[in-house]
Amino acid sequence: MSTHDITVTINGATTSASVEARRSLADFLRHDLGLVGTHIGCEQGACGACTVLIGGRSVRSCIMFAVQADGAEIQTVESLAPGADMHPLQEAFRRHQGLQCGFCTPGMLLRSLELINDNPDLTAEEAREGISSNMCRCTGYQYIVDAVLDAAAEMRAEEG
Amino acid sequence: MKSPPFEYHRAGSAAEAAGLLGELGFDARILAGGQSLIPLMNLRLAAPAHLVDITHAPDLAGCGANGGGLHIGASARQRTVELRADTLAIAPVLADAISNAGQVPVRHQGTVVGSIAHADPSAEMPAAFKAQGGTVTAQGTGGGREIASEDFFEGYFTTALEEGELVTGVTVDAWPAGTGHGFLEFSVTAESWPIALSAVLIHSSGGAIDRASVVLGGVAEVPLRRPEAEAILVGAEPTVEAFEAAAEAAAADIEPLSDSFGSGAYRKKLARVLTRRALTAAAERAGGEA
Repeated sequence: MSTHDITVTINGATTSASVEARRSLADFLRHDLGLVGTHIGCEQGACGACTVLIGGRSVRSCIMFAVQADGAEIQTVESLAPGADMHPLQEAFRRHQGLQCGFCTPGMLLRSLELINDNPDLTAEEAREGISSNMCRCTGYQYIVDAVLDAAAEMRAEEG
Repeated sequence: MKSPPFEYHRAGSAAEAAGLLGELGFDARILAGGQSLIPLMNLRLAAPAHLVDITHAPDLAGCGANGGGLHIGASARQRTVELRADTLAIAPVLADAISNAGQVPVRHQGTVVGSIAHADPSAEMPAAFKAQGGTVTAQGTGGGREIASEDFFEGYFTTALEEGELVTGVTVDAWPAGTGHGFLEFSVTAESWPIALSAVLIHSSGGAIDRASVVLGGVAEVPLRRPEAEAILVGAEPTVEAFEAAAEAAAADIEPLSDSFGSGAYRKKLARVLTRRALTAAAERAGGEA
């Protein structure tokens, strides 16, 4: 077993750490940095609960080793609401009941953020297809799609 | 579960990666995107002692048109390749295959060459690569060599690579104007892997088909070329009858295994229907504005 020194930028702050080769990025975030907003579901890349953004692109942090993220710019769900105010996406999820148990929510929020960043004018069909990468066993997805569309509209208005 | 322990090595070039593989021996594996390998390690189905990370090697990262074909370096990510204009121009069957594979977040991290080298007989990219044809470039400590796509896949997760060799890239051969492709698969759920797929290309200069390629996935131990179906297509007019006959021939002598996702008989029927539909789509594209 080998250990490696890595440097990553997480939610804007640069951090250096020594990690075991086998340490997953998800476990590194949760156990070494205390960023427990990133959830671990299946640990085989299927469910999407562990989704984080690297360089603005969604990836599964449970099937990536922390050592692979050396030098990367990582965004976790904690970045969405650094202060007291929730992000428009989080507000929309609350308003539309886009969550029940909340387990999939961090991954859903980050995947939704990527979708809106890629296409601020996305359609319901595009939102539905887009979040098909992430599993939710509570909502039936409809309320999540509603929340994503509403948040996108709000974010467009804020931009404008 | 968590991955078993291993030693991590980072290669700065293809030559360094080949050197590490040679030095570390049979229990070393290449790590590119890791989207097939790491789930297997987390499930404790694979436990390599050493991983050689090639994603920091600049000479393995490229992708683009190359001498009429499409070159894809070993660390080029699936989502990048899928969306490139030169992929859509030169190898649209591969772009279709990638878009059917995994989920977008997995394709952000996974590599095309990694999927081909993994050689899962149910996977999309090996079948599309074999259907269009091309070469695999391999490198070992003794030097490099090229392997035809036709000869690369030898069995379940088994390729013509020898111990100590890695794939540094693949080149997909271009087909001439007047080519159409079809790629269709069937999965039990939207997120799961295909239980059968068909990748086809046909070419005509107006009138009869003069070149055809038909490859099935998920029905045998390798992406399976169907020469009988190709023989029916070449020389035939692109008609419903010809496509039905070719699809029938493609599925006639296959004996897919049964599992909890589908019986062998069901896979066999899927192979026929998907091939007929893929050929119909290919004919429409071939007849269109090239």
